[in-house]
Amino acid sequence: MVHSFFLARACSRLLSIFLIVLASSFSIQARAQDSEPVRIGFMDPLSGPFASIGTSGLTVLQFAADYLFNSRGGILGGRMIEIVPLDNMQSPTETQIQFRRAVSEGLRIIFQGNSSAVANALNTAVTRHNRRNPGQEILQLNYSAVDPILTEENCSFWHFRFDAHAVMKLNVLTDFIAGNEDIQRMYIIGQDYSFGHVVAETSERLLREKRPDIEIVGNEFHPIGQVKDFTPYVTKIVASNADAVITGNFGADMVSLARSIIDSGLDIPIYTFYAAYDGITATLGTDGKNRIRLVHNDSANPIPTGERKQFYRDFKAAHPDRDVTQPRLAMALSMLVQAMEQTGGTDPYELALALEDMRFTTLSGEEVWMRGSDHQIFQDLHVSVQTDEGIEFDADNSGFGLLTEYKVPAAETIVENRCEMKRPQR
Amino acid sequence: MPEVLVFATLNGLVTGLLLFMLASGLTVIFSMMGVLNFAHASFYMLGAYFAYSISLYFGYWTGLILAPLIVGVLGALVERYGLRRVHQHGHVAELVFTFGLAFLIEEAVQFFWGQDTKNYQTPDLLDFPLFTLFGQEFSAYRGFMLAISIGIFIGLYQVLTRSRVGLIIQAAISHPHMVANLGHNVPLIFTAVFGVGTALAGLAGVIAGPVLTTFPGMALVLGSIVFVIVVIGGLGSLPGAFLASLLIGLLQSYAIAANVGMPDLLALLGLEFPRSHPLDDLWTLNLSQIAPILPFLLLVLVLIFRPTGLMGKREQ
Repeated sequence: MVHSFFLARACSRLLSIFLIVLASSFSIQARAQDSEPVRIGFMDPLSGPFASIGTSGLTVLQFAADYLFNSRGGILGGRMIEIVPLDNMQSPTETQIQFRRAVSEGLRIIFQGNSSAVANALNTAVTRHNRRNPGQEILQLNYSAVDPILTEENCSFWHFRFDAHAVMKLNVLTDFIAGNEDIQRMYIIGQDYSFGHVVAETSERLLREKRPDIEIVGNEFHPIGQVKDFTPYVTKIVASNADAVITGNFGADMVSLARSIIDSGLDIPIYTFYAAYDGITATLGTDGKNRIRLVHNDSANPIPTGERKQFYRDFKAAHPDRDVTQPRLAMALSMLVQAMEQTGGTDPYELALALEDMRFTTLSGEEVWMRGSDHQIFQDLHVSVQTDEGIEFDADNSGFGLLTEYKVPAAETIVENRCEMKRPQR
Repeated sequence: MPEVLVFATLNGLVTGLLLFMLASGLTVIFSMMGVLNFAHASFYMLGAYFAYSISLYFGYWTGLILAPLIVGVLGALVERYGLRRVHQHGHVAELVFTFGLAFLIEEAVQFFWGQDTKNYQTPDLLDFPLFTLFGQEFSAYRGFMLAISIGIFIGLYQVLTRSRVGLIIQAAISHPHMVANLGHNVPLIFTAVFGVGTALAGLAGVIAGPVLTTFPGMALVLGSIVFVIVVIGGLGSLPGAFLASLLIGLLQSYAIAANVGMPDLLALLGLEFPRSHPLDDLWTLNLSQIAPILPFLLLVLVLIFRPTGLMGKREQ
């Protein structure tokens, strides 16, 4: 009898200890929630042939998070930003796998930029996931995929684009080309996928409108990432007597194309989207001088504000071998944080509402506008040339960099809204 | 049109001969050891990166000589201490080993050299146009590439068919036990052949790096096509590999240069489809658009109609 009495007492004591431990662990968890980092996914190729673009984007985003927020006490009253890398190898299939991983790790916000094909795959996955899992939605922040379809036919409430889309960029580029009377014969060449096709069709249409006298002497597609040597293509460009080339190529396809054009002794301007940084500027070097032109946002030289100059200098001090390749990542992150501070939390639905029609002043002191009806951003656009004169911030430590030649203010880049958005109801 | 034809031929030759430098090593290694070396193109990439690093300090020409040697020694070490041990476990193990090695080398390259494109330039000595034809320059460096690859082919062919070493190698390919019984060190021959094969791949990397750009994906771009050549040429056949390399180089080059496609075919047949047709992508397809895919089509055809390859000797 005595025995069982002791046993019961021991049991109740054990139980109470257990309860205390349980209770205290709950309170620890509750407190931890307040200081837990805000985790943000970054999904881009971090291995494989396009790894350099993805890795440099990741470096810029991580630096921006630390420099702008974490080192200044964090966000939302002391929470840190943690960037979680998700390597999708720039393949739509791998993107699905990484997306599932993001979901299971509880990530609610995903940055993604490289390849419109991937952005489209992610857009579909996110939209489907959000429809099936109300309350567990995910927000897609697209900083670089520029196929217009993402904010037009396939626009989604959960997708925001922080870069001008291909048609907006080509509007600016063709305006600039139209101003050059020397150009009479244009050759268009690009990678055989959605973005390459948009570039080809839009350039042809816009040039016909703006300069009917320019003859399109070639319109060529090549498989993406498959071409070893572009010289055979350049032979055709030479034979067509073109006096300028437009291409949407990126990565190794861009370098090899430009290299082959230069090697064949063809001295004509090359109008591009992505022919700078990640070793490209250094590789083209003197040969690319006054020949390579890019359409992009955020002027690289001159940089208008001391604030952004300081950002660049501190970035360079932390990463001497790298460049701020995509300054709009810092802008996108800052806009996201502003939305978080406004809503006082990290709920994607609330964040999306706060981002809609947000007007934001960037590090360059320039006001940008995120249109609410299609989630497309509008910002100043620039056409720059590769040169080593008047360059304060070079690329690849090569002495060469991008110098702005032509600027179009944000208001003039606005295009018609073609999005019929399905807005989720709460 | 004649200028396109001339340059398409020249470009095809340059690409074809470059491919041959890779394929020759691969095919000899295969015929000797019966192992398809998936990491072969990775040695090509290593050649380019080593030469780039050496050229930063000692100039291009030192790199041209040293880099293939380093790659060859690396290859020999891989054979001696890796492949030979795995060899006991059969061909599948060897295949998986080289497959893993390819990934390992790619990651190592990214680790040591970074993921950016490297600024590996042609030497100043060859930085001039060799000749200008119809307004297009043919750079001296491409001429140099042609010369080196042709030299390698002749040298290799002479060594394999005329020299004593070549005789032993050829004998070791078909009757390794007999050769061993005659007192030759067959494992040493294997190591040497593997070393020379990878050194050739390295040399291809050194001379291709400046024109085809040096970046971590360069092995991937070339890797698959080299296998296609070895299979089309006939596994283990050096002349077959030579023929297939030129064939594929020229095929791609001509396909890109040709301005024909489905629209022409349809016009010939008197057919027309509206732009909204569901198969619009097919009806507007151009030959140049699919040029880099053509070798794989050829591979499938060869495997169906001539499984031994163009000059393969193996009886099925």
